[in-house]
Amino acid sequence: MALNEKPAADPDRERSSECAAQPASADPSAPGLTTSRRDFLKGGGMLSVSALMGSAALMTMSDDAKASTEWAEHFQKNYRLMTDEEKAEARTRLERRYSSEYGKKVSVDTTGPQPGVLMGYALNVRKCIGCRRCVHACVEENNQSRGTRPGEKIEWIQVLRMERGEFSKDKMNHGYPEGLGIQVGGNAYTPAGQVLEGQYHYNPEAVPEKDATYMPIACMQCEKPPCVKVCPVRTTYREADGPVVIDYNWCIGCKMCMNACPYWARRFNLTTPVLPKQEMNPVTHYLGNRPRMRGVVEKCHWCLQRTRHDRYPACVEVCPVGARKFGNLLDPESEVSLILARKNVFRLKAELNTFPKFFYFYD
Amino acid sequence: MQQLISFTTDYTRYILKGGTKFYAWMGVLSAFILAMLYVFYLQNTDGLIVTGMTSQISDGLYLANLVFLVGVAAGAVTIVFPAYVYHHEGMHKVAVLGEMLAISAVIMVMVFVFAHMGRPDRLWHMIPPWGIYSFSSMLGWDVMVLNGYLILNFICGFYYLWCKYTGNPINRKWFIPLVYVAIAWALSIHTVTAFLMANNPARPMWFHSMMPIRFIATAFAAGPALIILIFLVIRKNTRFWVDDSAIKLLTTIVQFCLGIAIFLTLSEVVVELYARTEHANGLYYLMFGLHGLTGLVPWFWSSVVLMICAFVMFFMPSFRNDFNKLQIPCVMAFAGIWIEKGMGLIVPGYIPSPIGEVTEYHPSFVEWLMVLGIWAFGFFILTILLKGAIGIMLGDIKYGSQAVAAK
Ligand code: SF4
Ligand code: SF4
Repeated sequence: MALNEKPAADPDRERSSECAAQPASADPSAPGLTTSRRDFLKGGGMLSVSALMGSAALMTMSDDAKASTEWAEHFQKNYRLMTDEEKAEARTRLERRYSSEYGKKVSVDTTGPQPGVLMGYALNVRKCIGCRRCVHACVEENNQSRGTRPGEKIEWIQVLRMERGEFSKDKMNHGYPEGLGIQVGGNAYTPAGQVLEGQYHYNPEAVPEKDATYMPIACMQCEKPPCVKVCPVRTTYREADGPVVIDYNWCIGCKMCMNACPYWARRFNLTTPVLPKQEMNPVTHYLGNRPRMRGVVEKCHWCLQRTRHDRYPACVEVCPVGARKFGNLLDPESEVSLILARKNVFRLKAELNTFPKFFYFYD
Repeated sequence: MQQLISFTTDYTRYILKGGTKFYAWMGVLSAFILAMLYVFYLQNTDGLIVTGMTSQISDGLYLANLVFLVGVAAGAVTIVFPAYVYHHEGMHKVAVLGEMLAISAVIMVMVFVFAHMGRPDRLWHMIPPWGIYSFSSMLGWDVMVLNGYLILNFICGFYYLWCKYTGNPINRKWFIPLVYVAIAWALSIHTVTAFLMANNPARPMWFHSMMPIRFIATAFAAGPALIILIFLVIRKNTRFWVDDSAIKLLTTIVQFCLGIAIFLTLSEVVVELYARTEHANGLYYLMFGLHGLTGLVPWFWSSVVLMICAFVMFFMPSFRNDFNKLQIPCVMAFAGIWIEKGMGLIVPGYIPSPIGEVTEYHPSFVEWLMVLGIWAFGFFILTILLKGAIGIMLGDIKYGSQAVAAK
């Protein structure tokens, strides 16, 4: 498995771990994801029905729970400054509120970084076929907003599609500059290879397309993250095991981090996220995929709710060609470490000194 | 204590009295303020989705106006500086009016901060001991210097008025040093705001060290241009006389700074476009459009035309010396710089996005209403402050005598 150290058991979590409505994506043994998305939705729906019955008791106090928890949430401390008791309190409070709001038993994990772990990610750009299954799996796993109004739909992963460049004789005179009298002919002006400029709204009949290459991009979990530096309230920070996280309850929505991120990895909740009850993933992490509120920033956190419990992020699991690799950089035998040692590896925008822990490679 | 109570009551009573013109003006402003409150309510129930902002272009009109108004606030120093450092007679008489302008501009900036935040209800997170102060964040520093500037101007301005009111001599031992601190502080507010933008390598268009000096140059053009306009209004509508010498000096300042600003803009254009690297895409989009999208092109060129025409007009004695025509280049300079800061700096910084996506930003009706409302609010406060200050300077309100009705 990816992370060699088994996380210390969190007694509270063990007790509440009988989550009835594990979505298919949260359960690696479930076949839902690898077959098709419709199956997954069906499965998820069935499961949530049972969850609904299970938590009917919780539902009855719905309004009360919401009002009182919101009040308490408003005055709570920054997550890092909370004592263990306060964390536990915040957690039960949220579990109660989410359970009543979404009609299923929701767990909010608070497991911290495990010693000896530094998470790393590697992506094979040769293999990616641009199917965007990672994008959709991420949305489902991490409870992103699915609205239809512009600005309501949030996706953390972008798969950039880039045209493959080509040089040919008949294009010989399509070069640049034209007609300046300095240079005549030449067709090297066509885009070729991977530049960080492309479109992600493509809609092909079948992937991969013949004349395209793909470059998935999301938060790079920078080692020296500009987004953390600019945050005026220190709500976004780097965890000891690598990922950069956001305390959603503490973010003031100033959007400075969005200006600072060179990878356009952060998204702003322009309005209350649209998250249908039956599609909500009830296995959440406090700093990860728990439902967000209006007016805060969110981003990829490498599925803390999974990776802190020795599991792969949803995008790694779902990738049909195995382009995505994840593991512990401190373990020389882990997949990413082996890739770093043996393959041709590069980081995006290395000139900015952000030192991403997300590596691209090719063989 | 007795004095303080009578100061406030006299001051308030004086402000409340006024002619129909005054009430009409305040009435119009209040209407806009009400509209602002309504859209503010919308924003806080529905979220910023009611604005034209997106994840691609996450800051829009609000941040642009904020940056511009910081400049206006800093621009007030163009009065205070000659008055106290060079003992300019005409300026000394009106220095306190400049401080009043600074106070209202900073207040407007604060309201724009509120409008801009996704969660204004959580702003206390920035203030220790309840919140956390981050020393690495430029926004934190910006809030700090802005509040400092507000307090400094408030103390300097009102202490001066207070002395006039009671007839006590000014205690120069601490007043003069404080004025000097305020002068230096004015530079800091705009510099930090410039750093707020310029310290983002992710946004190549902003990422150059010329930003602070460009900010200061435009600020010292836009601020005094507004002040000249206000002075002309005061000369027309009140018994208070602003010396010609003061207005002349301000005109010179506006012209020089405008010239520097234009020069710096041209330098940037040459440096960026000569090599035409990928980093020039933002500027290129602004000047000529990119991938067929040209939303900001008219804005950019109108701003350039306004600024250059104003600059030329200031050279012409017929405009410079004729206080009836002076308004024209002043308005042009002010408008040109407003466009340059907003549509010409903040918005194109986001286009193209760090992954090369070109999207356009269209401010929504809500945003325009909010911006108008906040400006109205600023002018509301400015009117109150200026009216009271002028009343005291004229001797209309004085401790121990019946207040004279304002005109
Ligand atoms: S990729 Fe962007 S959001 Fe992620 S850590 Fe780096 S700067 Fe922050
Ligand atoms: S938007 Fe939130 S996370 Fe981003 S810098 Fe502001 S407070 Fe920090």
